[in-house]
Amino acid sequence: MSARVMEPDDVRRAVTRIAHEIIERDRGVERVVLVGIADRGDDLARRLAEEIERIEGVRIPVGVLDITFYRDDIGLRAEAPEVHETRIGFDVSGKTVVLVDDVLYTGRTIRSAMDALIDLGRPYTIRLAVLVDRGHRELPIKADFVGKNVPTSRADDVRVLVREVDGEDGVVVEPAHEARSADGGIGRSA
Amino acid sequence: MNEHLLSMRDLTAEDVAKVLDVAGSFREVGTRVIKKVPALRGRTVVNLFLENSTRTRISFELAAKRLSADVINFSAGGSSVAKGESLKDTALTLQAMGADAIVIRHSSSGSPLQLTRWVDAHVLNAGDGTHEHPTQALLDLYTMRENLGRLEGLRVAILGDVLHSRVARSLSFGLVTMGAEVTLVGPPTLIPPEAPAWGVQVAYDLESVLAKLDVCYVLRVQRERQRLEYFPSVREYARLFGLTRARVGLLPEGALIMHPGPMNRGVEIDSDVADLPSSVIEEQVTNGIAIRMALLYLLLGAGEKGTP
Repeated sequence: MSARVMEPDDVRRAVTRIAHEIIERDRGVERVVLVGIADRGDDLARRLAEEIERIEGVRIPVGVLDITFYRDDIGLRAEAPEVHETRIGFDVSGKTVVLVDDVLYTGRTIRSAMDALIDLGRPYTIRLAVLVDRGHRELPIKADFVGKNVPTSRADDVRVLVREVDGEDGVVVEPAHEARSADGGIGRSA
Repeated sequence: MNEHLLSMRDLTAEDVAKVLDVAGSFREVGTRVIKKVPALRGRTVVNLFLENSTRTRISFELAAKRLSADVINFSAGGSSVAKGESLKDTALTLQAMGADAIVIRHSSSGSPLQLTRWVDAHVLNAGDGTHEHPTQALLDLYTMRENLGRLEGLRVAILGDVLHSRVARSLSFGLVTMGAEVTLVGPPTLIPPEAPAWGVQVAYDLESVLAKLDVCYVLRVQRERQRLEYFPSVREYARLFGLTRARVGLLPEGALIMHPGPMNRGVEIDSDVADLPSSVIEEQVTNGIAIRMALLYLLLGAGEKGTP
């Protein structure tokens, strides 16, 4: 049986809370920019930007980062990892860049994302916001803003649904024996 | 994707679409201050260019370097080939040095296929004799799709020396795979007799086709491959089949003018035509790097057969 660990309302509340935390941490959003990791992280980043605008009345820049070319497992899978698009229409130098992703797992995606980001400029700070932290880190990486901590087994399949892609919001955990074959990224479970 | 890139005939419409999509991401990398990603760190790409080429070799070299691969350039002059080494021995030497990919240009049609029988490396055909030049075709397809938004149903004329042109063959196959309508235009002596079997139309009168084109693709008159008897003179060729300003006036609004380079200005294309805004010849060159990055990434980024 797959278990739904976050309902649409839970996702909405988590996004609202993280938006408040981002504002509070920097005492405003003057130099804050959001960069979502494709795919799904970018949808969450846009959602956070809307919330921040609602609260502070300021529209902050949002970009999308594809980390594929920075992955550490290129050549280790049967197919080359799927490529998405990077679209960051602003300079990240000197900014507080909040990386946004759906699930934090091994930390390898975030390592790739930091390398990719630093190739684009020299941010003042990089912070990390995730909707779900499922544990099992393989690198010394920690999130600054977490929607929900979800204890899992390594073999579980944790899927974040966003209405932009999946038609509804939510977080679903499928236990090991039902989890489908690997399709995705490092940091995303399979 | 297949293990090698030898011919456009090996690629399905889905394969082509994937290469073009991935190339789109690499176009973006090319606009950054740091135009380099670590995707192929530690891999070795050998450029084995046994026939003269500047732009394709440089384009492949830049593509591999922007992916952080190590690049070795190997050309005929000044190498063991000049001392009489056979292609097979050259290939085995490169294999022994641990090449992960070999990009080959050779004057003999079929030599890339032969190479795959000798080495484990991925082989990319960068032009073999009068056979194929698939990376050129892919960058042309990319350029058409970027500018016109689609490939299906596009009406494309390929104009000139089709007989000697590996570009024309690869591009025809690719366009037909993607559902475009291709017309080959040129003097009868320069249109291969088997062309209708490629799924393309043939026309001998340039004026009659211009008015309904989305793309006019001009081939180079390959004087180095040509004996004189194919047409009476370069001047006569230019008069009948050169893309002149007047003929460009017959093209519909928004139609693209393309050329694989290097151009003979004043022969197959008038100098001022090559510099018109509707001519996307420089864009083709820029897109070539992204296409070659995409191909190297897709071929070398996949694991051994049987890995999960």
